[in-house]
Amino acid sequence: MTRLGRRTRLLRPARFDELGLKRALTARMLPFMVAAMAFLAALTLAGWVGVASLARHWQEGAGTSLTVQVPEPRNPASQGGENRIRRVLDLLSGTPEVADAHALSDDELGDLLRPWLGTGSERTALPLPAVIAVRLANPDADLAALGRRLDGVAPGTLMEAHDIWIRRLSALARSLQACAGIALLTVAAVASAVIAVATRAGLAARREAIEIVHGLGATDGYIAAQFARRATLLAAVGGLAGALAALPVLLGLASLAAPFTGVQSQETNPDVLAALPSILWVALPILPVAAACIGFLTAQATVRRWLHTLP
Amino acid sequence: MIRFDRVGLGYRGPTGHVAGPEVLHELSFKIPEGVFRWLLGPSGAGKTSLLRLMYLAIRPTSGHLSVLGVDVGKARRQALPGLRRRIGVVFQDFRLLPHLSVYDNVALPLRLAGRPEGQIRADVTEILGWVGLTKKAGERPAALSGGEQQRVAIARAVVARPALLLADEPTGNLDESQAERLMLLFQELNRVGTTIVVATHNDALVSRHSAPALRLERGRIVDAP
Repeated sequence: MTRLGRRTRLLRPARFDELGLKRALTARMLPFMVAAMAFLAALTLAGWVGVASLARHWQEGAGTSLTVQVPEPRNPASQGGENRIRRVLDLLSGTPEVADAHALSDDELGDLLRPWLGTGSERTALPLPAVIAVRLANPDADLAALGRRLDGVAPGTLMEAHDIWIRRLSALARSLQACAGIALLTVAAVASAVIAVATRAGLAARREAIEIVHGLGATDGYIAAQFARRATLLAAVGGLAGALAALPVLLGLASLAAPFTGVQSQETNPDVLAALPSILWVALPILPVAAACIGFLTAQATVRRWLHTLP
Repeated sequence: MIRFDRVGLGYRGPTGHVAGPEVLHELSFKIPEGVFRWLLGPSGAGKTSLLRLMYLAIRPTSGHLSVLGVDVGKARRQALPGLRRRIGVVFQDFRLLPHLSVYDNVALPLRLAGRPEGQIRADVTEILGWVGLTKKAGERPAALSGGEQQRVAIARAVVARPALLLADEPTGNLDESQAERLMLLFQELNRVGTTIVVATHNDALVSRHSAPALRLERGRIVDAP
């Protein structure tokens, strides 16, 4: 070795590893476990976002609406000389609680029935009722009285309020979101436990080195920082790997869910990345950061607690 | 400087309570600042335990101990690292870090004290030259002989110019000329004000370098200056 080479080697390396933690906290098991946790967290977050978006979509679309079905719509009404559907529409338009009443066209009705009857539903021989979508101006309107008046002009007319379903779906959505929140907390707790176990294994493997450095006057903060730096790095790498692994799965789920959430489907929109809700584009990069924070805090707490066994 | 006042020591069991008989009983003596003391006594007399108390590896289970003017029993835990940095220790089993080079082992106390790297390089190079290990600076401890490892341990103990130097059998692995050289270093450090306590079985060395001695037998002080 040259004289210069030897001198260079005597300089302190940038990341001086006094405690030999590169071998005590290895880059194998810990990042893998944290990656698995981050993957689960990404899926849970996607579930949370998906449920929230569906709930919002349902509420926006049907929060104050009614569906009115008029059987045999072209037959004459019981009074007034017009056909039944015309009379019902007139009555609805003349009701102050109704903001808007719109009779679905044959195409719109076909769209509704297509999942059950296929693409030929508009040519079906079944006698289909006319369907009127009603948006209420006042959600507390007396629907029973309105129903009786509609039945008077067109007997057999059915009215269905959506609010009870919306309430049930909202309760279901809230419960699902709460479950997702609990699942996220559980994943974070398990990640923290995994990091704590790895840190304790590192403490046991490096007990002698720690005692020597402690005896030479290292503070608890100094020793804890060495462990925390290593745990933060490994957890961040794991978090990043987990988030990247979850990305293709989430993109696939998002393009499957797009037709239900109002986003255009993949056939008409080749930009797969646009299918993922923007909040997930924010949440995914946060995963490695959150993993790093959990790694740092867990390692600090574990090492400081252990160091209190030394005088 | 160092004051023992009826100090007793019993090792604690896993529950934190003192388990078994005391290994040191009612020790009372003073070591004034800047003196040299031999610590003598047969094997098992408690010399190593007494040194461990002095370098704050353990706290007494009874009595009062003050080291470098700090009451160890009353001091807050956060105050102890700073105190430890003022104490140099040569361990009987060297206690070098096996994954670090000789240079990094010796530099460790200076790095823990936050000294600048330039000063660390100068100090470590100087002390390694003094113990004759300049050419071994890049080696790992495992590649060194027992005597060389002991010299690394000595270099690490004195490199930060401690106020108190404690040595447990520091000449155990040294030949006579190296042991004499070590005594010269101790005398030099003592002359500039370092308090030194050396535990040894080496009667020849003690007779060649006469100095007041603390004598321990079965955990009790039987003779103190």
